[in-house]
Amino acid sequence: MSVLQGIGARTTAAVWHLGFATRFFVAVLLASGTSFRRIHLTLREVYFSGVLSLVIIMVSGLFVGMVLGLQGYDTLARYGSEEALGVLVALSLVRELGPVVAGLLFASRAGSAITAEIGLMKATEQLDAMDMMAVNPIARVVAPRFWGGVISMPLLAALFSAMGVLGGYIVGVVLIGTDTGSFWGQMQASVDFKRDILNGVVKSVVFGVAVSWVAVFEGYDSDATAEGVSRATTRTVVTSSLAILGLDFILTSLMFRG
Amino acid sequence: MKRTTIDIWVGIFVVIGFGALLFLAMRVGNLGGSKLRDPYELQAKFDNIGGLKVRAPVKSAGVVVGRVEKIVLDSQTYQANVTMQMDARYAFPQDTFATINTSGLLGEQYIGLEPGGDEKTLAAGEVIKKTQSAVVLEKLISQFMFSTAEGSSVKAGN
Repeated sequence: MSVLQGIGARTTAAVWHLGFATRFFVAVLLASGTSFRRIHLTLREVYFSGVLSLVIIMVSGLFVGMVLGLQGYDTLARYGSEEALGVLVALSLVRELGPVVAGLLFASRAGSAITAEIGLMKATEQLDAMDMMAVNPIARVVAPRFWGGVISMPLLAALFSAMGVLGGYIVGVVLIGTDTGSFWGQMQASVDFKRDILNGVVKSVVFGVAVSWVAVFEGYDSDATAEGVSRATTRTVVTSSLAILGLDFILTSLMFRG
Repeated sequence: MKRTTIDIWVGIFVVIGFGALLFLAMRVGNLGGSKLRDPYELQAKFDNIGGLKVRAPVKSAGVVVGRVEKIVLDSQTYQANVTMQMDARYAFPQDTFATINTSGLLGEQYIGLEPGGDEKTLAAGEVIKKTQSAVVLEKLISQFMFSTAEGSSVKAGN
């Protein structure tokens, strides 16, 4: 009986959690207008989650592209179609790897930092102090961090894909020596702007919203203790990574079916 | 850190991000170059289009002169009706021959146009009358198998 009770309690807790998260999301959106009036707060968060993630995103993108170039060449050479290397690298990056890997990196680099920051503010009662001074902590602290993440994520994903294509070019054309013309030419012939690139951007925006939402919510919802903050940070990385992968499957099946 | 420094970095970040997007659109995608200039429509009916897809190129002498816009099945004749968007710079004679070709052994399929000798050219919305269907590899193989099987009476039992 206790097993059943446990399942029931967990299900109720999960639904309660989800409802609270949604209510919190709406509250953040409602407070956004107030926080945009002081735009430098949001710009500061774009700096912390976007600019400071530049290096890891660019280096990872370059290496992922280089690995794709190597592995892709290896497989394609068996079928004598090395000239399709550009297509392989570009399509896999723009459609899937760019948004997904950039999202995962963003969740662990910026999302965890946001959660820890908000959680620690809560643990040290800074949020309560703001409330006491009639400053809405959601408008002052949460909304700028949310929007900073939403703005940064698509730009980082585009950068990741661009660096990946360059990495594939370096390995495929410069090091291995496939033809430059067919590398770019076939790529341009098969990558469609609307179908592939814009859909990739849409994906990265969705992931940006998901990661930022999870990050600010877990921070705000964390237990006001050192242990609570550390747990919330872990939960942010786990939940947002799972959310990214799950959403990616849904979006891919909606976008690229048939 | 001072606010102005942050503003500069955020500005640089946004510029780099949009630069990457522009690079993807122009260099990786098909937004830069090879745009059809004020296109006109042509149609062609095929018995079998094989694996032809929408947005497949239309080529003449290897040069891309248009794209496949729409593929529907004609319910009267049970033929595939292919609508093509053609570049206005190129006009083709009335007796142009349209075939479905494959680039390479396993490459994508495209429509090849072989111009005839007619004086009059195809106007917008007209139908290309002379077409040849795609070569279906399976049919070719089964024909070959059938003829070899007929040839040797020993293997007739297979």
